[in-house]
Amino acid sequence: MAHGPQGDAAHTHHPHQQHHFFSMAQQYEASVLGMWVFLVTEVMFFGGMFMAYLVYRTAYPQAWVESSHELNVYLGAANTLVLICSSLTMVLAVRSAQVGSKVGQIVNLILTILLGSTFLVIKYFEYAAKFEHHLVPGPSFRTDLPFGSQLFFSLYFCLTGVHALHMVVGIGLMLVMLVLAIRGRFTPDYYNQIEISGLYWHFVDIVWIFLFPLLYLVGFHYTGA
Amino acid sequence: MSSPDSSSHHHIASVGTYVAVWAALVFFTLLTVFVASKDFGELNTAVALAIAITKASMVVLIFMGLRHNTPLTKMVAVSGFLWVLILFGIGMSDYLTRAWMGVPGR
Amino acid sequence: MSTAAAVAAERHSYLDEPYGIASWLLTKDHKRIAMLYLISITMFFALGGIFAAGIRLELLTPQGDVWTADTYNKLFSMHGIVMVFFFLVPSIPATLGNFLLPIMVGAKDLAFPRVNLISWYLYIIGGVIVLTVLAMGGVDTGWTFYTPYSSIGSNTHVTLAIVGVFVAGFSSILTGFNFIVTVHRMRAPGMTWFRLPLFVWAMYATSIQMILGTPVVAITLTLVAVERSLGLGIFDPKLGGDPVLFQHLFWFYSHPAVYIMILPGMGVISELVPAMARKTMFGYGFVAGSSLAIALLGFFVWGHHLFLSSQSVYAGMVFSILTMLVAVPSAVKVFNWTATFYKGSISWESPTFFVIGFMGLFLIGGLTGLFLATMGLDIHLHDTYFVVAHFHFIMVGGAVMAFLGGLHFWWPKMTGRMFNEALAKTAAVLVFVGFNLTFGPQFILGYLGMPRRYYSYPEELQVWNVLSSAGASILGLGYMLAFSYLVYSLFKGELAPANPWGAKGLEWQTTSPPPTFNFDFDPVVTEPAYDYNPSGREVHVG
Repeated sequence: MAHGPQGDAAHTHHPHQQHHFFSMAQQYEASVLGMWVFLVTEVMFFGGMFMAYLVYRTAYPQAWVESSHELNVYLGAANTLVLICSSLTMVLAVRSAQVGSKVGQIVNLILTILLGSTFLVIKYFEYAAKFEHHLVPGPSFRTDLPFGSQLFFSLYFCLTGVHALHMVVGIGLMLVMLVLAIRGRFTPDYYNQIEISGLYWHFVDIVWIFLFPLLYLVGFHYTGA
Repeated sequence: MSSPDSSSHHHIASVGTYVAVWAALVFFTLLTVFVASKDFGELNTAVALAIAITKASMVVLIFMGLRHNTPLTKMVAVSGFLWVLILFGIGMSDYLTRAWMGVPGR
Repeated sequence: MSTAAAVAAERHSYLDEPYGIASWLLTKDHKRIAMLYLISITMFFALGGIFAAGIRLELLTPQGDVWTADTYNKLFSMHGIVMVFFFLVPSIPATLGNFLLPIMVGAKDLAFPRVNLISWYLYIIGGVIVLTVLAMGGVDTGWTFYTPYSSIGSNTHVTLAIVGVFVAGFSSILTGFNFIVTVHRMRAPGMTWFRLPLFVWAMYATSIQMILGTPVVAITLTLVAVERSLGLGIFDPKLGGDPVLFQHLFWFYSHPAVYIMILPGMGVISELVPAMARKTMFGYGFVAGSSLAIALLGFFVWGHHLFLSSQSVYAGMVFSILTMLVAVPSAVKVFNWTATFYKGSISWESPTFFVIGFMGLFLIGGLTGLFLATMGLDIHLHDTYFVVAHFHFIMVGGAVMAFLGGLHFWWPKMTGRMFNEALAKTAAVLVFVGFNLTFGPQFILGYLGMPRRYYSYPEELQVWNVLSSAGASILGLGYMLAFSYLVYSLFKGELAPANPWGAKGLEWQTTSPPPTFNFDFDPVVTEPAYDYNPSGREVHVG
């Protein structure tokens, strides 16, 4: 391996290879591994809230059923489908980079951003409805729900709120990727950034895949009997 | 410019594969809503989680490409989910056993 | 080498090129970032020390006569927050780790140099936020932020303090993630896992804990902040919440955090012992494995902080057994260090002093942990000065001693200067004596029932408290002495050779200080770690 610190004249560097790596492959592996390590921290971050969910659902099962029943399953399902579609467009954007299609990258990134934004808009309407229906924990919370329901809704807002913040960051990331894609940054032999951004996006989708049944579907069968 | 070592390990899945996974995810979403609308008791939660885990696995393995990654990356991914289970498991060992020892007078 | 040549060599190190403050504040060089961290953590250590002085001043007399109770609460809270989150957690990883890890694995930098710089800025931002909290009066919840006092009761700036700690925690996560990828993907040719210096194993194990644990405390504290500011009560008993859930989530990180604080110190000792004994590490594999074992087992024991919290007794029993188990890998290390010293050719230089100090104090700290792990004893010892003494023996007698030892050992490498050996040995002795006088009596105080976090105590306990405060002054003197001669050496110290201690390791094969890209050659590793007996002659113990 002839690769001195000043750069070896005989070995041409890819323009995007950083100096402390000795090959593009090493840089790629490091990026992907790094993003997965970061995603592990995100799993643990959400994990703390899921732990609270687990403890309280076990303690207040009826509150969970009746509170969950108050959520709009159809909006939740719509949001789930929106995110699933956005994951598809995301992976197609990365694939477009892999096969060298600039148009593919741009179209799919725009779709991903639009779908992500749709998710947030639907979320906004859901949150607004909560305020209207006195389902926000605090002094104005509805009094006819079982004890423990305020915990359910506190967790609802914390879980979906933190998730929404991650979506906002994701959309921001995608906007940056869009700009880079338009500038032709991603080619079949260098597309690290769009790939690892994609990994982040899929992770945010996965969190919602769990949030949807755990928050919305617990009381879907409940008829009030 | 391309260097010989940069592209050999990057598997490029077909559009068809991705669309198939997407279709499966949509199907499972509709399925989980349908199952939740019926009252299967304790089974509701188990089925909902099973479906969610299946969906998440498809996203992880295929959309995120973990099936093509190095064993190390796979281990990292697994360890994250494992660690959350450790938090849940050992944490719940407190809550589930608190009632085992009666408190005098209660 | 001749003075002129030495000066010429010095002018081409990472310290000199590139030149200018902007080149430091925007650097991607892991060595410069390590130095930035060193300056910052030293300042926070001093701040934490001032809070400690305030505490020990109050405890000279049995009555609460120096501060009000509220102020005293703020003093010990700020002492804990600053020392834990802004000194101990980053200290060795962000200074010695950042500097040495790439060099020890034979790389030109960490895997993600820009992320490394961001981690320092996040640390600074977190620090500024906590300083702001201090200026606004500080928090009085204890560094443990227990609910419901932190979420509902306290009227200090808890939310802002939480933001500061959160940001600093993120800095820690970024360091850990950088180290993990670097160790896996950036090792030089021939640097197999079992040729890695044990310091690298320790940093790797620490990084695993940072990655898996820190996010949990981050979200937990966030939930407290959310409860305070938005009224979303997760831990509020009136809504059915469980304050003990906070404790579970908090200690899920904070127990591994104490290993995050001590593992790097153990890594330093594992480097110093073979070097000072000029002998290969006895049981290398066991020492490496024990780092991983501590990192993993450390996640299963957090409930020993909850023995008296209304946690289930059955869960408590499990936690108690697991806590005894986690002492085993630490003991393995102590046995191996001792065996390495045995029949070694020990040179009594200043790093050796710190090593010996560490081994004695860590031993006591670790053994007293077993007292606390025993549920029956903990009923009496929980929240007493026994606990305070136990963790200070590990954190100060252990981690800080190890940090100082490492700082002295690698000072010539990092700065290119030698410090005054006689003063260094004096400082080591002062620190050791001062430390024992400060914290030894606290075991007795705890045994006699003095609660922690109280600013007054029964009259008959005064003599032990006075001894403790006196010891604290000596300890402080020792630290200030060390600071003085180290800073002095930067200006007037003799120029250091590449390998002043005659030690093995890649870092000693490059200049002192190293050039920007670490090596002037491409490292290829062909010998095992700590190869002090290259003839292959086996060293028999006993």
